[in-house]
This record gives sequence, structure tokens and C-alpha cells, in this order.
Amino acid sequence: MSAHSAGDAPEMWTTRLRRRAVDALPPEKLLPDTQPSYVASWTYLFGALTIAAFLVVLVTGVVLGAEGPQWWHVSSTGLFLNSLHLWSVELFMAFMVIHLWGSFFMAAWRGKRALTWITGALCFLGSVGTALTGYVIQQNFDSQWISTEAKDGLNSVGIGSFFNVMNYGQMLVFHVVLLPVVVSILVGVHLLLVRRRGVVPPLDAVTDEAQEVTS
Amino acid sequence: MLALPSFVPASAPVDLNHPGHYLNWGWVQISVANVVVIALMLALFALAILLPFPKGPRR
Repeated sequence: MSAHSAGDAPEMWTTRLRRRAVDALPPEKLLPDTQPSYVASWTYLFGALTIAAFLVVLVTGVVLGAEGPQWWHVSSTGLFLNSLHLWSVELFMAFMVIHLWGSFFMAAWRGKRALTWITGALCFLGSVGTALTGYVIQQNFDSQWISTEAKDGLNSVGIGSFFNVMNYGQMLVFHVVLLPVVVSILVGVHLLLVRRRGVVPPLDAVTDEAQEVTS
Repeated sequence: MLALPSFVPASAPVDLNHPGHYLNWGWVQISVANVVVIALMLALFALAILLPFPKGPRR
């Protein structure tokens, strides 16, 4: 290994990566102290409500997975956690759809925010898949009805051969590992993009503050 | 023999022990429960736009 002095040391990939990360998202932008004045609206609250519901979904899901179906189907605490998991999902989907309505009618893809919009749409699609796999692993008559109906739809578009809603093991792994990981990563990227590009201003806001966008 | 849950609520606000109610309009079919949820979401969205946001202390 050759020795280098501090002045002519070759630039490490970690240095380049750190510089790019800090340039894209400096700490004051990652965790800002203030927000533009137009953010003082109930409409902007639904993104944060979606995240709050998502955290409850994740925590209750981890507890359910750790304890197992004998616990969540029989014990009163298990039934309570099971219900908490269901109702937090219901709120998560409702808040996310209202957040989507608000973003759509504000044309939230303006000002170099296309990737923010796309990752949000992918979060929605991933969540629909996670919810579907959750409904078909309930092990009750409802899940049998949903899976037998869903398989016809999925077969008709040609994906039933590798995504089989009648295969309990496959659906369980999709629901508790694969899709939650994908959705969590997408939510994380979506949040970082919101921080990087800033919250989209209302359509009639034309101030410098409102249109401020980092390159 | 299937073991029943030890915890069964004495009375739920909505009786779920019967088939759901559905609305039919041509080829469109939707459950009343889903219509109620969609109506609540639309109401929440309208309120979020119309209601004034409380002003915090100026800094």
C-alpha cells in the first residue's frame, strides 16, 4: 500500500459520495426549522398523517409477525393488535388518497418535482399490493373469497403464474417481507425528495419564496 | 374443533352478522360501507380546503 501525504491523497469514493449527498441535501434542508407560509393549511397535513399511520402499521405488523396467528386469532391482546393493524391500514390508505387528491389538484409535479410525484404514485401502487396480500392471508372466509376472485383477475392479465394469490406461503412472504421493504424504501425516497425540492406551492403562489427550487 | 376467540364484543355499533348491503346502478355495484368511506374522505378533503388553519406565534 502506498503512502500519501494529506495534500495529494487520492479522493476516496466515500468522499465523493458524502460531498454529493451533502450538496443534494444539506442538513438545514433535511431537517428545516421553518416552512413557507403557504404550508399553513390543513391540506398539507395529510402527508404527515399518512406517515404516522404507516408507522403504526409497521409496528403492529412486526408485533403480529413476532407473536404468530395463534396469538392474534385467539388472545384478546392479539385481537386488539390485529384490529389496530387493520384500522391503521384503513386510515393509511384514506389519508394517502386524500394526500393524492391534494397533490393532483395542486399539480404537485411542478418545479422539478416529477420524481417526487412518481415515487408517491409507486408508494400508492405498492401499498395496494401490500393490502391485497394482507387481506388474502387472513385465513378466514373473507380471504378465501378475495383470493379466488383476485386470481381470476390476475390470471386474465397473465401474472397469476408467478404471483399466485392462492399460494398462502408466497402471499405471506410478500406481505410481511418483500412489499413492506419496497414500500418503506419508496416512502423514504419520497420523503427525501420532498425535503430536497421543498413542498409544492399552491398554484396561485408566485412569490420568490414559493418558487424557490434547488437544482 | 375450531376454538372460538375468548374475546367477543357484546355489541358492535354495526351488526356485521349478515350479508352486506349493496347499491346497484347498471353494471356498477358498490357496497354501502364503501360509499360511506368515500363520502367521509370527500368531506374530509373539502373541510381541509375550507377550514382556516390556526395561526401559530410569529417568529
